[in-house]
Amino acid sequence: MFLINCPYCGERDQSEFSAGGEAHIVRPKQPTELSDDQWAEFLFMRKNIKGVQFERWNHIHGCRKWFNMVRDTSNDKIHTVYKMGEKPPIK
Amino acid sequence: MKNKYSIFSLIKNAFSYHENWQRAWRDPEPKKEYDAIIIGGGGHGLATAFYLAKKHNMKNIAVVEKGWIGGGNTGRNTTIIRSNYLWDASAGLYDHALKIWEGLSQELNYNVMFSQRGVMNLAHNLQDIRDLKRRTHANRLNGIDAVWLNTEEVKKFCPIINTSPNIRYPVLGGTLQRRAGTARHDAVAWGYARGADAMGVDIIQNCEVKGIKRNGDSVEGIETTKGFIKTKKIGVVAAGHSSVIAKMVDVKLPLESKPLQALVSEPVKPIIDTVVMSNAVHAYVSQSDKGELVIGAGTDAYISYTQRGSHDVVEGTLKAILELYPIFSRMKMLRQWGGIVDICPDASPIISKTHIKGLYFNCGWGTGGFKATPGSGDLFAHTIANDEPHKLNADFNINRFVSGDLVDEHGAAAVAH
Repeated sequence: MFLINCPYCGERDQSEFSAGGEAHIVRPKQPTELSDDQWAEFLFMRKNIKGVQFERWNHIHGCRKWFNMVRDTSNDKIHTVYKMGEKPPIK
Repeated sequence: MKNKYSIFSLIKNAFSYHENWQRAWRDPEPKKEYDAIIIGGGGHGLATAFYLAKKHNMKNIAVVEKGWIGGGNTGRNTTIIRSNYLWDASAGLYDHALKIWEGLSQELNYNVMFSQRGVMNLAHNLQDIRDLKRRTHANRLNGIDAVWLNTEEVKKFCPIINTSPNIRYPVLGGTLQRRAGTARHDAVAWGYARGADAMGVDIIQNCEVKGIKRNGDSVEGIETTKGFIKTKKIGVVAAGHSSVIAKMVDVKLPLESKPLQALVSEPVKPIIDTVVMSNAVHAYVSQSDKGELVIGAGTDAYISYTQRGSHDVVEGTLKAILELYPIFSRMKMLRQWGGIVDICPDASPIISKTHIKGLYFNCGWGTGGFKATPGSGDLFAHTIANDEPHKLNADFNINRFVSGDLVDEHGAAAVAH
């Protein structure tokens, strides 16, 4: 449990948010041309990183807006948050 | 040679004030090479080693564990054992395990305290009733005992449940599997460790895997904190850390690792002699032999490798527990902890070969792996020894995420993901 600094509302309790999993997975432009392997990769395969991870969150009990977060999954420390569409601030 | 545990050995050792019991397993340094190495010294990993040695005559094998055996999810679960899963593939898998549980204490010469006290799943709305009745029918077609109970029968089976129609989610009935129950989780790890060690398996604790060495399409060995160990076959049973191992060898897994919490109360006199679970309000409870209430909470929604979890998850579970069991309102909770569970998109496990020769994965057990420990070990040992799956775990291969032939058990998995 931790505090999240929503880019729209400021610091709020984590229980107000819902986690949306790994960020920056781009939906294939031409789904009909994908092989089964590529579909599986898009739909199911996840990095599931122990360490610094880029992920999506939604302020579901607040502004209801999606945004991105950089968080260390080994200690739940949040490095930064940034809006949808923005470039990840750290690599 | 291991001494046999019996009433006579107990009496004999009483004369020496229980100070001369034989060590249950050795603490060996790793050899240079093994025929197979199991990564992960939890229940599933130790069971795999045990059945590799016992049924497939592979004695030159090792289990490497980064902490101490049974210190991960084996020692962190709520010890529930059942096999009332919906699909044929899962019914085969989990009932295979349940049948081994029934004779496990004798097989291991170690009391795992398997207690078939029954597991009851509650229904709180019309859809629950439909789903649970459907599952009951499916179970019976697969030869798994299951009965539907109406509200009065639920109350009779577990009198402390609040069956008032006026609560927020009233109890409208439930299913009961009488062969289901609980076991002592630590004893399962210790029993398998002792049994495997007696057959020559090296159990190497405090030995973290740092890398897997490959030669083209096959494995050559593992880099560990105790040096390089050569082997041709590696079975990975790393639960929540499966993705960490997979990353070392460029294997892609569909897993997400999340904290799953449990808590126990102060010990009290016997009050609940079964296991009661509820999907809809997400609360399940049983009582340990020590007298503690063992309560299972849900998973956090976000990926995390911290073995703690969020407070609001525990709070939600306890609210549901108090509504269903008002008698517990003044109980004090003693301990709370989290374990990292590796969840598959279809809530079913992966027991599979990989595209790398000699590399096998047993993972994705998510929130309910403990119940399958003996079956998982048995089938994974078969897969490693023969380099092909047993018919019971053939459907649980990693390629199902490509073919789309998923085994969707979100309904029977019982823990809200």
